[in-house]
Amino acid sequence: MSPILNGRTLLLTAFSAAVLTLTGCASNTRVDPPAPVDNRLAPIAAPNANAGAGATTGQAPQSTVTPVDVTGNDAAANGNGRVVYFDFDSFVVKEDYRGVVEGNARRLSADRKRRVMIEGHTDERGGREYNLALGQRRAEAVAKSLTLLGVQDGQVEAVSFGKEKPAVAGSNEAAWAKNRRAELKDR
Amino acid sequence: MQQRQPDLTPDSPAVVDRRRFLHRAAGGCVAMAGVLPAQAQFRVEISGIGAAQVPVAIARFRDEDKAPNPVSQIVRADLERSGLFKLVPTAPDNLDETSRPVFTEWRSRNADALAAGTVTRLADGRYDLRYRLWDVVKGTELIAQSVAVPKEDLRLAAHRIADDIYQKLTGERGVFSTRIAYVSKGVGRYTLFVADADGEGSRSALNSAQPIISPAWSPEGNELAYVSFETGKPVVYVQDVLNGRRRTVAEFRGSNSAPAFSPDGAQLAVTLTKDGNSELYAMSRRGDNVRRLTTASGIDTEAAWSADGKSIYFVSDRGGGPQVYRMSASGGNAERVTFSGNYNISPALSPDGRYLAYINRNGGNQFRLQLMDLNSGTVTALTDTNDDESPSFAPNSRLIIYASRAGGRDLLMTTTLDGLIKARLSPPQADVREPVWGPYGR
Repeated sequence: MSPILNGRTLLLTAFSAAVLTLTGCASNTRVDPPAPVDNRLAPIAAPNANAGAGATTGQAPQSTVTPVDVTGNDAAANGNGRVVYFDFDSFVVKEDYRGVVEGNARRLSADRKRRVMIEGHTDERGGREYNLALGQRRAEAVAKSLTLLGVQDGQVEAVSFGKEKPAVAGSNEAAWAKNRRAELKDR
Repeated sequence: MQQRQPDLTPDSPAVVDRRRFLHRAAGGCVAMAGVLPAQAQFRVEISGIGAAQVPVAIARFRDEDKAPNPVSQIVRADLERSGLFKLVPTAPDNLDETSRPVFTEWRSRNADALAAGTVTRLADGRYDLRYRLWDVVKGTELIAQSVAVPKEDLRLAAHRIADDIYQKLTGERGVFSTRIAYVSKGVGRYTLFVADADGEGSRSALNSAQPIISPAWSPEGNELAYVSFETGKPVVYVQDVLNGRRRTVAEFRGSNSAPAFSPDGAQLAVTLTKDGNSELYAMSRRGDNVRRLTTASGIDTEAAWSADGKSIYFVSDRGGGPQVYRMSASGGNAERVTFSGNYNISPALSPDGRYLAYINRNGGNQFRLQLMDLNSGTVTALTDTNDDESPSFAPNSRLIIYASRAGGRDLLMTTTLDGLIKARLSPPQADVREPVWGPYGR
């Protein structure tokens, strides 16, 4: 409870009651004449010891956030048409994409210095982190099919964007089908 | 009530006469629904009907309209969002901290407590805030305080007043002066923001042309871990919020994601794919001493530490669909925790150790926030929305912040643990997601 004014509140209450008796409780205007109210107010303590006394001494504001800007570091290249699409809830590389996989395997085997990033993606449904893991599975399935054809491990890196970078907008099966994919990007 | 409700009754209300309070609740005169006009202008939309709420009046602070932030509105909205208070209208009362309120009149307005104060701009540019809180039932003073703050901290000072009032009236610590982090998505631009717990006063911490996901606060509240795709793949960074200095803590081959600080702040749990599958690892806060925690085939991700730091909850599809499991923080055998439904993800543990919040996908392809009482195993559905994501507990374990979707927009919500009081936070950015509630202190 309040460490201050304990004695005075009793007086105030009694005083208020007396005034009310006289005025019949007709209005909420301030009591007049006001007895001097003790204006010693306790400081609000900063709850965090690390925060120090900044709240009361006018030092650096405690709400400061210093921003970092990395918009210039946009390392994600544009896709170059090498895309494998997947069925719902699947990470099986379908027969339809045998050509994409074999073509890239030949390209990478012909030049061992060449490397690709395989980006796995999901549709928009579900949690961000779980979708990141599902997209990773798709990317790894494509990476595996490449290495089975002789591409070296060090030439491929499987990564995931989960549902964060849909190829097309929309919340329907046509859009979702285009977003469940793995993109092969030179790096 | 078809489902069990967590007990939200304050443990030790400091003021409010308990019999009177409960009698009032039982009498059914606490109905509150829809958008309340007093808060509408403050852009906090509150809906729901509270169970037992303390009726409190917060008068407009004298001269608050001359300050950059509406102090009493911030206090009122904070208290209301907590679900534990019913705001008694005050305007046009002409009160401040030097007033002697006519208690019988406030009693007749069904208020149990009343606060009033003054905002004064000082010669050095700071603002002086002073206020009193009275118990109008007993006719006693409960709080008499003053503080002077730079104008950047005026909102913080208002939230601290709300915290003090909350604590005095409920016996528990308030969370209004804590912060949240979230991500907004603009056109070709992603921004990690830090804001007050009410979603206002946002300040950008990271701007990127590539996605940012999974922010996580350090237990001291000075650092944020997050996943940024700025290099063309997911990499985990830790950034000092105050000075913007950051370090790369996980940039292994493959994907690096889902950071979570241990409660003692010494370790980070992360999901790495460097060994060919999404697995959980622990590392020091600086990113070294990496140890693998899981070895099961299938996905293991979304680590969440128990409050005592002894266990890690996580998501695994080792049994088919994704479910929440628990294991020792040092790894080893895991036991399944969620059993209802075939898709349960995004575990969050309450700091008091009593609850697990997570997202369930039901048969209708709806993603909804669930709450499990860890003692009884009882599960309560907290929402009836369709696209809930990313639950995170307030440090007092009384509220959950989560992302949802309405009208084609990503938005942030808070809910009480009984699901009865929900508030939509309205930060100025359009599409906001990935909320995470910071710890006490600032």
